[in-house]
Amino acid sequence: MNAKMQSDSISLLESLAQTKLADCYQCGKCTAGCPRSAHMDKTPNQLIRMVQLGDVDAALKTDAIWQCVSCETCTARCPKNVDCAAIIDALRQVSYERGMTSKQQAAVVLFQKAFLASVRRNGRVNEIEMIAQYKIEGFAAMRRLGFLFDGAMLAPQLQMHRKLHILGEKVRDRDLVRRIFARCMDGKA
Amino acid sequence: MNLGYYPGCSLHGSSDDYQQSLKACFSALGVSLKELDDWICCGATAAHSLNHKLSIALPARNLGLAAQQGCNELLAPCSMCSLQLKKAQKAIAGDPALAAEMSRIVEAKPDGARVLNLVEAFERVGLETIKTAVKTPLADFKVACYYGCLLTRPPKVAEFDDCEQPESMDKVVEALGAKAVAWNYKTECCGAGMTMASEETVLELSHKILADAAAHGAQSIAVACPMCHVNLDMKQAAIEARYGTKYGMTIYYLCDLVGLALGLTPQALGINRHFAGRKA
Repeated sequence: MNAKMQSDSISLLESLAQTKLADCYQCGKCTAGCPRSAHMDKTPNQLIRMVQLGDVDAALKTDAIWQCVSCETCTARCPKNVDCAAIIDALRQVSYERGMTSKQQAAVVLFQKAFLASVRRNGRVNEIEMIAQYKIEGFAAMRRLGFLFDGAMLAPQLQMHRKLHILGEKVRDRDLVRRIFARCMDGKA
Repeated sequence: MNLGYYPGCSLHGSSDDYQQSLKACFSALGVSLKELDDWICCGATAAHSLNHKLSIALPARNLGLAAQQGCNELLAPCSMCSLQLKKAQKAIAGDPALAAEMSRIVEAKPDGARVLNLVEAFERVGLETIKTAVKTPLADFKVACYYGCLLTRPPKVAEFDDCEQPESMDKVVEALGAKAVAWNYKTECCGAGMTMASEETVLELSHKILADAAAHGAQSIAVACPMCHVNLDMKQAAIEARYGTKYGMTIYYLCDLVGLALGLTPQALGINRHFAGRKA
């Protein structure tokens, strides 16, 4: 990546996250409070540092950005008001848009994708439809038979507690929902 | 008193025990909940992970509906929904260009309604009013009040309580005559939306919460979010199996406890539909 592309990527991340990366002085408080940092390939402060140094592509390929649970502890505790959680969101978005998401984290990416697809179709999440898409695409990506059945044992219990709703809801003005998605995600006017 | 009501997908889906409890409880308090007509999903983690603009536009559509329907106060009992609504509202209020863009995208003016999380709704009713309405004080209840992430964080958006040592839920619980225990995991994350995509994450994080609540003498945990409830209640058996422990911890929605103190039955509140702990 040349210098111009690097600075463009940094500007894009900063504009999506509405925060200033140069403000981070690497105290590590974000990582200290992060409930997932022990499992991450790069910790939150390391992710910020990689981007500060222009290694955006490496940050976009990490597992860490998809391991983040969006608990916002990093953002809440940053002494320099760097919105670390928003930077991770921005990294996820750019990683997704550029097809650079970690293969290890395919399940998380496909879940988010299936969730939005269901909202785009119905205006609300249809749990059964979302899970079906997630399972089919996840199986296609990972080729692991067990993936199809993970969590399946909960279905009869959900049914017993009257928590399984086969028919999802649809909003009336679904055309507007589709226009909103098109304007935000497909760059349509 | 009237409050606008934004249920969100969970309360109309697998967490409709929460909606059952909420409606029974607020009705007993004399509060009528008017559901926002034709509301759409807030986008949740999926939207803020994959498309920033969409994560503002989806809540903005709902804020536009609230304005059109004359709703001044909007209760969003899911802490993800309430935070996303507040976040969109803040972003729009601080940026006229974004406000104009959002009005164009959602084809409405998304101004106005004051967004309330569940605890804020009880504060709006008034703790003194609730205290006076108590019929069955919860004298033998030892409750760990669990705030999770998004009721208080990030503080500049949530503008609610203290994000490290919150007490607002504890005050509600004590107004009911219950004991709110002091503990350490009030604002730690339960694993949130990873329930399906990374169960291991949820088991690890929620286990720590259950363990700390039990270690501090809590017999139950109060939550104000459907995802927190799913992870601590529905996943509790899997956590116990994974870590070789037994908690049998009852996970109450905060409105369950208020409802019980007001004299409603566990059945009326949907407590019998929970997975773990006491059902009656």
